[in-house]
Amino acid sequence: MADVTFIVDGKTLTAPAGTLLIDACRKAGIEIPAFCYYPGLSLQAACRMCVVRQEKVPKLQTACTTPVADGQVFITESPEIAQARKATLQLLLGNHPLDCPVCDAGGECELQDMTFKYGAGESLYVEAKQHREEQKWSPAVYFDRPRCILCYRCVRMCGEGMDVWALGIQNRGVTAVIAPNGGDHLDCEQCGMCIDVCPVGALTSGTYRYKSRPWEMKHVSTVCTHCADGCKVTLGVRRANDGMEIVRADNRDKSGINGDFLCAKGRFGFDFVESAERLTQPLVRNSAGVLEPTTWEKAIRHVAKRFQEILSARGAGSMGVIGSTRTTNEENYLLQKFARTVLKTQHIDHERTADYATFHGLLVGSTGRAASLKEIAAAPAILLLGGNPTEEHPLLAWSLRSDVRLNHARLYVANTQAIRLERQAAQSVRLSDGGYEKLVRGLSGDEAALAGLPGAAAFRDALAGEESLVVICGAEFRGAALAAPMRWGLSRPQVKFALLSDGVNARGAADMGLYPDLMPGYQLLAGDRPIHTEYAGMPTTSGKDYAAMMEAAGSGGLDGLLVVGADPFAALGVAEGALKDTFLVVQDCFLTRTAAQADVVLPTASLYEKTGTVTNSYGDVQMVRKAADKAGVKPDFEILVRLAGAMGVDVRMLVPFGDAQGARADMGQTRGAQAGEADRHAVWLAANGLEPKLSPFDPLAILDEVERLVPEYKLDRLNLFAGNESTTEPGAGFVSVESLLQRKDGVVATHPGLFDSGLLSERTSALQEIRRHQEKLAVAAD
Amino acid sequence: MSVETMSIFSPELSARFDELVTRYPMKRSALIPMLLYAQDEVGYLSDAVIDEIARRIGITPLDVRNVATYYSMLRFKPAGKFNVQVCTNISCMLRGGYKIFDRFQERLGIGHKGVTADGLFSLEEVECIGACCWAPAIQVNYDFHDELTEEQVDAILEQYRSQNAGGR
Repeated sequence: MADVTFIVDGKTLTAPAGTLLIDACRKAGIEIPAFCYYPGLSLQAACRMCVVRQEKVPKLQTACTTPVADGQVFITESPEIAQARKATLQLLLGNHPLDCPVCDAGGECELQDMTFKYGAGESLYVEAKQHREEQKWSPAVYFDRPRCILCYRCVRMCGEGMDVWALGIQNRGVTAVIAPNGGDHLDCEQCGMCIDVCPVGALTSGTYRYKSRPWEMKHVSTVCTHCADGCKVTLGVRRANDGMEIVRADNRDKSGINGDFLCAKGRFGFDFVESAERLTQPLVRNSAGVLEPTTWEKAIRHVAKRFQEILSARGAGSMGVIGSTRTTNEENYLLQKFARTVLKTQHIDHERTADYATFHGLLVGSTGRAASLKEIAAAPAILLLGGNPTEEHPLLAWSLRSDVRLNHARLYVANTQAIRLERQAAQSVRLSDGGYEKLVRGLSGDEAALAGLPGAAAFRDALAGEESLVVICGAEFRGAALAAPMRWGLSRPQVKFALLSDGVNARGAADMGLYPDLMPGYQLLAGDRPIHTEYAGMPTTSGKDYAAMMEAAGSGGLDGLLVVGADPFAALGVAEGALKDTFLVVQDCFLTRTAAQADVVLPTASLYEKTGTVTNSYGDVQMVRKAADKAGVKPDFEILVRLAGAMGVDVRMLVPFGDAQGARADMGQTRGAQAGEADRHAVWLAANGLEPKLSPFDPLAILDEVERLVPEYKLDRLNLFAGNESTTEPGAGFVSVESLLQRKDGVVATHPGLFDSGLLSERTSALQEIRRHQEKLAVAAD
Repeated sequence: MSVETMSIFSPELSARFDELVTRYPMKRSALIPMLLYAQDEVGYLSDAVIDEIARRIGITPLDVRNVATYYSMLRFKPAGKFNVQVCTNISCMLRGGYKIFDRFQERLGIGHKGVTADGLFSLEEVECIGACCWAPAIQVNYDFHDELTEEQVDAILEQYRSQNAGGR
């Protein structure tokens, strides 16, 4: 829209016509207070805090509902306005308990801040305050009625933002109250968005309430470990007996790909790090056949010795390595490098949850065909084939809903089951099993294929009319099934793609070459690219994949197996004792079924306890920062480096740390009050590839190598280190799709639920409690 | 044909609702009249009433409650067979509305929003019922009694008691 010019507090401002005054002011650095106004949600104009004086208008106007127009003149701060806001505060404080010293929101409460600013310190009310007991609506959400200021943010967030509509407002006037849909409890997705938007402490979190004060915590911005969407999450950590404990998770600065959003797993799913089942000591199977705690030194020496013995006795290809979708890019890269160059094997794989190899193969030679999450969130049209984002990819579902609501995007849904996003769809078709293939043929012009599919012709016509489109495929699309819709899309201009997966770094594990036949960046095992020069001496015939490795190990065909963060015994239903002739080493946080069978178990740090990068389903690379700390565990990265060191390998060959001259850096320890400066410099240094890499255990030391050898990882470091995403660019390719389509894709689809992420959620008591709450409601409803 | 195959409403009301939801560009515009008619037939807005109306309109039961709780004329518990609504707004108040209300309380032995043990009468103090010219006024179900004095209260109650005894 055309820009208009208007005057605020004597300053001339310009903004597109129709912009709300409150937004225009905030953009220009003029703060206008508001409780009910929340960007992205419908207007409420309920709180009267944003009142401003507009020239030639008799009464104060609400800035949140005033669209700017040419020639308007506003005053936003004056004694009159301050008095109006103060009076509003006095009303709000009438029944407010002022229990700030024990309130969760104390210290980060908008009502507290406003009272501080406008000073409604004295009340004209002499009546006793109305008190109501707090209510537990679910294990996740508690409601403290007297603290509520009726801003309706939670009601709108739950309805418009989440499309759950579990909160309402009942009664009127002084008796008005926020009400949950179950009468006295909440039956919803338990995402906690209502808690997040609450400007006061009326809605509090079951996992955080009465635990800490905001200023007692250190806030560390990292990436959620539960699903492949990779939401940014701020962990509030506090010193504990055995390190640092996590007391809260939210997205405090609302930055990153998820903005405001976090789901139940991201917000409440962190207590697995404190689980009593957590492994904190290395375990080695003793002569009696029992796993016995030992020291790190002994365990590492033992593993290194056995690996060396196997290598010298059996040679190349005698060991296998299975990686994880929960470990960082650096760890995954190091793991395959360790396997290929130290263990001399190509038996490398991971628990594949999506067919990224084919996805990349199809994009070879094209540019700008992969959609990042931000591109999806702003796309004018989206075709969602399969998948169930609301349950399995909560951030994607949120982004699609927001895109439809705020940008009037058109969502097209084709699925074999009913999914919630059909409610936002411009058009949707329900297919029978195998119907995707017919639909895609129909989209490509085969009229007969659409016969008998209700609505399919209109669906195709609408898609044909879209100028640009993002095609999102569920994880069930793999091999030829994935190739069909992608080839259809590639035949049109301006079509981008995304492929959904499960596991916070499922895409990263694939990108980093945890494949028996593909190197990092989907490069072939043989060739003359830089990576082949640097990996000189590795075997060049394809190794065994995940299932084949387990089978070989079971029949004595594999002498050693290193399993990092995976649980093949559970995933493939391997019988106990099947691997008794294989030297099995497991790195994991918990004693999984596989770990219980291992000869050595090495306790690892979870994603919340280490540094590195992860790549989400959409190719967005984000920085993971160490937040919690647990005595006794080590990051997989450090374990691998130590193993290599103990095997007599030059770790400098594995991890290029320091520089040739031997790096020196003042880390700021000596500078007292200025110590923080080193941290500030670190961002710039890091952005320019100059971060002081003094330790072989620094995962960032290997990021240079990843950027050098993996063509699609050309990262914008300043953005990455500042906490934003940096998106990879697939397109450089070395492998033909045809060869990929002929191999077994090896994908085992996992369908995590809203409260489920497998190993970690099972050991998160908060998520288990929420799950039981929802299950009980489901049973009651039947 | 009724959209609701298992309606808790009478066939007539059910048919009326079927038609009502087609009258507006948005179905939920029919919500308030539906609530009123349903209350007239069922006596109050039971959970079953709320659930069926929500289904008919395609909104959540919570949404229905959000609207219904706003209006004091809609109730969630059964009222007496004869619901006595005494106006105490300004005109009625000035002309003795509270005296009338007090007399009803005393005679029926119940207070505001109370229901007699036999379920015959319920009593409510209500806002203006639009009969200011004939204040003080009361409304029993849909019948008006105006320009009242305290003495008339007994007669009014008797009239409804005999009406009930007469089986009407």
